[in-house]
Amino acid sequence: MSAYTPPVQALIDELGRLPGVGPKSAQRIALHLLKAEDHDVARLAEAIVIAKKRVRFCERCFNIADENLCPICTDTRREGSMLCVVEEARDIIAIEKTGVFRGRYHVLLGAISPMDGIGPEQLKIRELLTRLEPETVREVIVCTNPTIEGDVTAMYLARALSTLDIKVTRIGTGLPVGGDLEYADELTLGRALEGRHELRD
Amino acid sequence: MTNYRDEAVVLRTYRLGESDRIVVMMTEANGKVRAVAKGVRKTRSRLGSRLEPLSHVSVLLHRGRELDIVTQVEPLDTASALRANLDKMTQGLAMLEAVDQMTIDREPVPHVYRMLVGALGALAQGGSSLVVGAFYLKLLAAEGFEPELARCTSCGSGEELVAFDVVNGGLQCRSCRTGPAISSGAVALMRRILGGQLAAALAEPESAMTHEVTRIATVAIERQCDRRLKSVGMFERHD
Repeated sequence: MSAYTPPVQALIDELGRLPGVGPKSAQRIALHLLKAEDHDVARLAEAIVIAKKRVRFCERCFNIADENLCPICTDTRREGSMLCVVEEARDIIAIEKTGVFRGRYHVLLGAISPMDGIGPEQLKIRELLTRLEPETVREVIVCTNPTIEGDVTAMYLARALSTLDIKVTRIGTGLPVGGDLEYADELTLGRALEGRHELRD
Repeated sequence: MTNYRDEAVVLRTYRLGESDRIVVMMTEANGKVRAVAKGVRKTRSRLGSRLEPLSHVSVLLHRGRELDIVTQVEPLDTASALRANLDKMTQGLAMLEAVDQMTIDREPVPHVYRMLVGALGALAQGGSSLVVGAFYLKLLAAEGFEPELARCTSCGSGEELVAFDVVNGGLQCRSCRTGPAISSGAVALMRRILGGQLAAALAEPESAMTHEVTRIATVAIERQCDRRLKSVGMFERHD
């Protein structure tokens, strides 16, 4: 039997289902909401409802959008011949922060994970293949995580695209800027050596 | 509070919280262990790359109630040869999944650990088409489910063994037959794998026979796990 009245317990249970929120945090957030001003709580509730109602996946790249196409797909200044493939929409935010990439994106909504039974057909790979020709893509940059799942996905894409006349590249693996070489792990350092580039004056 | 050192092959990982992972590994002396590796999903973590599935590592673990905590990791083999090849990597993952399914937490099975290390090494070096099938048969035998290959599982006859029934766990003669047919070549190959001629069997070139043995071994191990192995044949349908 719960010590809280049913409406409060229901609120705690719902909050507890959110990622990273445990039972104790759920309880703290619930009690904070109950103490907060009515209009503050209403604003939060409204923000959740509106975001959920208006936000959807971009029809072309599966980025998060509030219209049929996301802002990146509608931006005509973007270079359409370069396509960066990422696992999740949040990876786009990380790449956009670098300011280096001016092409477009494609979100797979996950990575191939054989041990979890997630294969190519569960991801947006077919949608990627159908995009390439109409958009005259010349280079696909595979920006999946440097994990086993990300590597499997990258190699699968390389194989799937090998018959097309498109350059397929993989994002480099190397050392974080500002780090010490002696503290680097051997797999990263090994890949950094493999991916070295020539210095020119 | 106790710390212990062991060697291990990482079987799989699960995301935990913001930047941690739960790492499931097959250790040499402590069996299958689940441990929390803190902060490994951050790019600055040194442990991250060492605790990916297929890695062979020497670890220092802190004993916890349910989950241990990874304190130090030294690499023994980063499995870079497997990670560079899609087919080898999926074959390796298929072996890891079978070990994960067939073993119980914290029950020491050093022979399974040594077999896994050997099989991953064989896969990295040459990659016979039979590595996974042979590994499954050896794993079944090691866990006490060695298929009966000498006589019929129903009547005990040693003549005309034409079928393999996974429910009965072995070959069947023509009159007792309930399972699907098996070729005499596949029977001979399976006998060589389980009868101490593994190296010779692995040297066998890829053929319909090696595929047959792999298929039978997969069905047999799935029967013992009581579930489908998800990583088996994921890409065969698409190539």
